[in-house]
Amino acid sequence: MIEYLMDSEFLLLLLKIIVIFGGVMGALAYLTWLERKVIARVQMRPGPTRVGPFGLLQPIADGLKFLFKEDVIPTNANTFLYVAAPVVSLIPALLSFSVIPFGPSLQITDLGVGLLFIFAITSLGVYGIVLGGWSSNSKYPLMGAMRSSAQMISYELSLTLSVVGVLLIANTLSLAQIVVSQQRTLLGFIPRWNIFLQPVAFLVYVISAVAETNRLPFDFAESEQELVAGWHTEYSSLKFAMFMLAEYANMVTVSALATIMFLGGWAGPMFGPALLQTALPTVWFVLKVGVFIFFYVLMRATVPRLRYDQLMKFGWKFLLPLSLANIVLTSLIVAIAAS
Amino acid sequence: MMQTIFFVFAAVAVGAAINVLVQKHVMYSALSLILMLTAVSVLFILLRADFLAVIQVIIYAGAIMVLFVFVIMLLNLPQDEDGADRLWWLKFLGIPLGLFFLFLVIATLWNVESSVDTRAGISGSAGAIGHSLFTDFLLPFEATSLLILIALMGAVVFAKKDL
Amino acid sequence: MIPVGWYLILGAVLFLIGALGFFIKRNMIALLLSIEIMLNAVNLTFVAFSVQHAQISGQVFVFFVLVVAASEAAVGLALVIAIFRNRESLNVDRSNLLKW
Repeated sequence: MIEYLMDSEFLLLLLKIIVIFGGVMGALAYLTWLERKVIARVQMRPGPTRVGPFGLLQPIADGLKFLFKEDVIPTNANTFLYVAAPVVSLIPALLSFSVIPFGPSLQITDLGVGLLFIFAITSLGVYGIVLGGWSSNSKYPLMGAMRSSAQMISYELSLTLSVVGVLLIANTLSLAQIVVSQQRTLLGFIPRWNIFLQPVAFLVYVISAVAETNRLPFDFAESEQELVAGWHTEYSSLKFAMFMLAEYANMVTVSALATIMFLGGWAGPMFGPALLQTALPTVWFVLKVGVFIFFYVLMRATVPRLRYDQLMKFGWKFLLPLSLANIVLTSLIVAIAAS
Repeated sequence: MMQTIFFVFAAVAVGAAINVLVQKHVMYSALSLILMLTAVSVLFILLRADFLAVIQVIIYAGAIMVLFVFVIMLLNLPQDEDGADRLWWLKFLGIPLGLFFLFLVIATLWNVESSVDTRAGISGSAGAIGHSLFTDFLLPFEATSLLILIALMGAVVFAKKDL
Repeated sequence: MIPVGWYLILGAVLFLIGALGFFIKRNMIALLLSIEIMLNAVNLTFVAFSVQHAQISGQVFVFFVLVVAASEAAVGLALVIAIFRNRESLNVDRSNLLKW
């Protein structure tokens, strides 16, 4: 046991975990800053400016504020589940980073069923919202939780089915190998990314991913104009912070997954000395994920919320048939190409 | 090491399953069942059935149980009322009979060649299961799609207020 | 090393708990949950036997069991909603109109 702990392989793994976890937690904190800043600029405001240059210390101030707020547990709440809900929400959100390849070697573990593992883990995240809403024993949280569970079940279908087209082409479920399978070029100059081969799947994936993470225009779990703050109306202090952290972590996860499956993962132009070459793939990966997150934030700033029945109709009557048609078409083409 | 993991998760599975019966409110029963499902999925990983372990979490914990929890929330159920007290003596008959049944099953299983090492087995990868599904089990596989379609229509018909 | 027998015994115990729940619980949803416990016990046994005999078919059957479980949950819960709407109770002993 001790020998294993001193083994260089184990130390390398430990280092990877520290780098990825630290990097992700830092990024999550600064996502709140980015979101506030971008939305402010869209609405012609300066956004946070007081704390540090460009308000860059704002996340730290926010964190301290969360820490010092009073931790309220409503009298009628179901204490055990009320306390457990933020944890149930956060742990799956962070667990999925253990299989995401941030670079050719910057991946904690490459599971053979990595993609399905992420879907399994993220599908558990809905319980955080459901339990939080139910255990608060209050009407707005309950309504938010019910909307959220119905929405997540509906959009998980099209999310999963949209990915099948990519899997048919890549022939593997391992995330690192999906990235490797996209490293050739089409016609000599276009990178063979799945976004060009599977544009419909990409569209369905992005829309469903926004719905899965409960972001505008699909944020029915929260919808502050109707339900106060949705499922976390009764939450305060660090518990609320955990819910928020989970939301941002889910955003990063689906963006990273989109990058891996449709945008070629860490692929990008390579140049410069050897040291730069080892760092470049991660830089490309982070940049691509950043583009997605920027898109998310812009959506929140510009698009109005749908109506609830529109959401359900759109999911079941448009996205689901579209992704099924995409699977049939893709498998036909793959079968013809193989024979 | 492996044995420790097995015992821990077997204990979690059994404990959670018992908790499903003990809890008075269905919501707690459902949550306890989710715990049991995840524990069984870990046991699947120990048996090297990775694909099934993940599928178990996706379908059971991620879809079926969400449906249960959703319905429990939707109906806003009161506490479990204890069943009618007719045939109360069956409780006292049931427990010895149940234990006898357990004894029978375990006695039967004891005689199976139980010493087979589970490490030496096959790996249940997605590819192997998929290949088997689309060659040996193609007809049953197609039949399941029909089953799901029928279940879908049945659920819609039952849940509809006025037909 | 973990012998196959352990998994089989665990499966038997879980199945028994599920069957017990089906008999002692009166709430309709609790009955459905008990069925899920039993199905899972069977799944565990299937996988254990599949490993013992080095044949993948056992695991394919687990797949089928999952499909059946999903359909059963969908239809069962739809029935639960319909019955609750009509009778305001999920106690199976109260749904006895068709009983002789």
